[in-house]
Amino acid sequence: MAVTLAQAINRALHDAMEADDRVLVFGEDVGKLGGVFRVTDKLQDTYGEDRCFDTPLAESGIIGTAIGLAMYGYRPVPEMQFDGFSYPAFEQIVSHLAKMPNRSRGTVRLPVTIRIPYGGGIGAVEHHSESPETYWAHTAGLKVFTPGTPDDAYSMMREAIELDDPVIFLEPKRRYWMKSDAQLPVQTQPARQAVVRREGTDVSVFCYGPMVRTALEAAEAAADEGWSLEVVDLRSLSPLDTAAMVASVQRTGRAIVVHEAAMSLGMGAEVAARIQERAFYHLEAPVLRATGFDTPYPPAKLEEYWLPDVDRILDLVERSLSY
Amino acid sequence: MAHNAIDPQALLPPMEPVHLLDPDGTYHEDPDHPLELEDDQLRELYRFMVVTRKVDREAINLQRQGQLGVYASCLGQEAAQVGSAYALGEDDWIFPSYRELGAALVRDVDAAGLLHLYRGTWLSDHDPYKHHFGLMAIPIGTQALHATGFAMGAKLDGNPIVAVTYFGDGGTSEGDPHEAMTFAGVMKSPVIFFVQNNQYAISVPLEKQTAAPTLAHKAVGYGLPGYRCDGNDVLATYAVTKRAVERARRGDGAAFIEALTYRMEAHTTSDDPSRYRTQEELDEAAKTDPIARMRNFLTKRDLYDDALEESIDQQAKETAAYVRAGIYDAPHGDPMELFEHVYVDATGHHEDHAALLRAELDSGGGDEEAG
Repeated sequence: MAVTLAQAINRALHDAMEADDRVLVFGEDVGKLGGVFRVTDKLQDTYGEDRCFDTPLAESGIIGTAIGLAMYGYRPVPEMQFDGFSYPAFEQIVSHLAKMPNRSRGTVRLPVTIRIPYGGGIGAVEHHSESPETYWAHTAGLKVFTPGTPDDAYSMMREAIELDDPVIFLEPKRRYWMKSDAQLPVQTQPARQAVVRREGTDVSVFCYGPMVRTALEAAEAAADEGWSLEVVDLRSLSPLDTAAMVASVQRTGRAIVVHEAAMSLGMGAEVAARIQERAFYHLEAPVLRATGFDTPYPPAKLEEYWLPDVDRILDLVERSLSY
Repeated sequence: MAHNAIDPQALLPPMEPVHLLDPDGTYHEDPDHPLELEDDQLRELYRFMVVTRKVDREAINLQRQGQLGVYASCLGQEAAQVGSAYALGEDDWIFPSYRELGAALVRDVDAAGLLHLYRGTWLSDHDPYKHHFGLMAIPIGTQALHATGFAMGAKLDGNPIVAVTYFGDGGTSEGDPHEAMTFAGVMKSPVIFFVQNNQYAISVPLEKQTAAPTLAHKAVGYGLPGYRCDGNDVLATYAVTKRAVERARRGDGAAFIEALTYRMEAHTTSDDPSRYRTQEELDEAAKTDPIARMRNFLTKRDLYDDALEESIDQQAKETAAYVRAGIYDAPHGDPMELFEHVYVDATGHHEDHAALLRAELDSGGGDEEAG
């Protein structure tokens, strides 16, 4: 039976709560409503109001209390309802969640998994389509995972909850309804390993989250032009699987990084830097970036002009091959 | 009609703070706050305050001698901290800010270890689970949420403990304590918000911090009772905290306590208070000193004599000497520890960076002699 990415995460939360009664799910509207995207559907029915509960509308409060609950011994899985609403929690995440384990010399561990639906493409109003991954990936002490398929969504969520390190779990909201015929439960590769989604010989395309499908569509279209793209799903943005990136570039000699987030200081900058540091003599062309523009996220009617798509990727493929 | 049947009048703080001891040591009975302390406990409260002041002074000296980068003194706030911390059960938790030396000593946290934060050898030294004393939080008021989450966890677990968090008058303007009180009110969490109103947030006086009638009035908006006490009266801080803690332990939820005190020292050793307050104001505040007041009380009760004074002075000196020995010329620490605790499961780049520093150290570029 087909399962969507949102259902896969929901199932992962169910199974994690079943497996370990220290797992708690909370946030705005996650209880009775089951979340605005229904990702927490029926968790409260199944596990009760003690383990899946609605909180007051206060994001710093949600993450700050998650830290206290984790100190007590729970494994909180709080939700930030939308990417653009995670910013009130920035201080708790950056100053405490990321740093307290180190500050305490490891005596305090904070196994908190923060779920954040992120990215655009759903015609939403302002603040509902942002890609804040760089903020989190730039912060030592956090891990940052983002699945691009329903199978990974299940497996990586289970892994995130089981890890004793804090994880920012970025859910590609425009892919919530993407289907797979996977049988759940499923265990895919550990999140720290990038995965080659499609093998190719001409250009490596590095992508993650919502752009995995876009990159695969670009690879399909490129094949019509006679170009062979290798699509690499990074999956974990912190840590980054540098070895897999280098190995792919050693095969193809060319690299393009794709993400929705604005270009400057985005993940693409880090991927490009690591590739040129470690695979300089394998490169036939500069590493190029197909990303959102360095502007605030646009209003809904203009997002198609802003978001990277198959054409933007193919333009860069052509440019890369021209060197 | 309140939507959740709470009588707002019952939450309102008294304008007159609870006050049991005059500066000359005269004791006033208060049926709501009976003196439930044995003679030995009264002496112990005094002892903790004296030792706190001595260690506090030693820390300032160590900073002057270049041994600490900076230090935030609690001079004048000994009664607020010692009295409130002393009112807790052994299993109750404290979530402190960076100025809580007195509360830390009540919790038997190693005083020299505590100062490593200020020396810069590491960010925190004690084991919070051993002392039930959280890490000293520097970002103002952020620890209020950790206390609240911890208390939520305890309640969920059926564990009858209470969490107390300390912050200051400035902290009541930050968002996190307000979100914490919102959560604690809704969840009926066993957490006490203990505010030391020491009149200043660095240089900014209380009247520029808030237009609220008192800080304790802020509690009412979250459905919590607001209490007020004379923060330089160790019997009052003890009794008011004890009452709030017992109430929370019974399952009646969180409370807010405003302890009125005065920061006798600079904000930190880097501060110059002569730019924003007068010597006259300081002289006036000194008349309400918490330690002299308790000594006067003990003397009136015949609980204070030369032998006690000698024994407490001896302990204070020994503790200060211990702190001095622990801090003076303490090594800088191991640079490789930078990578040890960041992740339980560190992979890839993190390990690469550790290797980079290791190589720098091995090639002599890391200045290991600095320690």
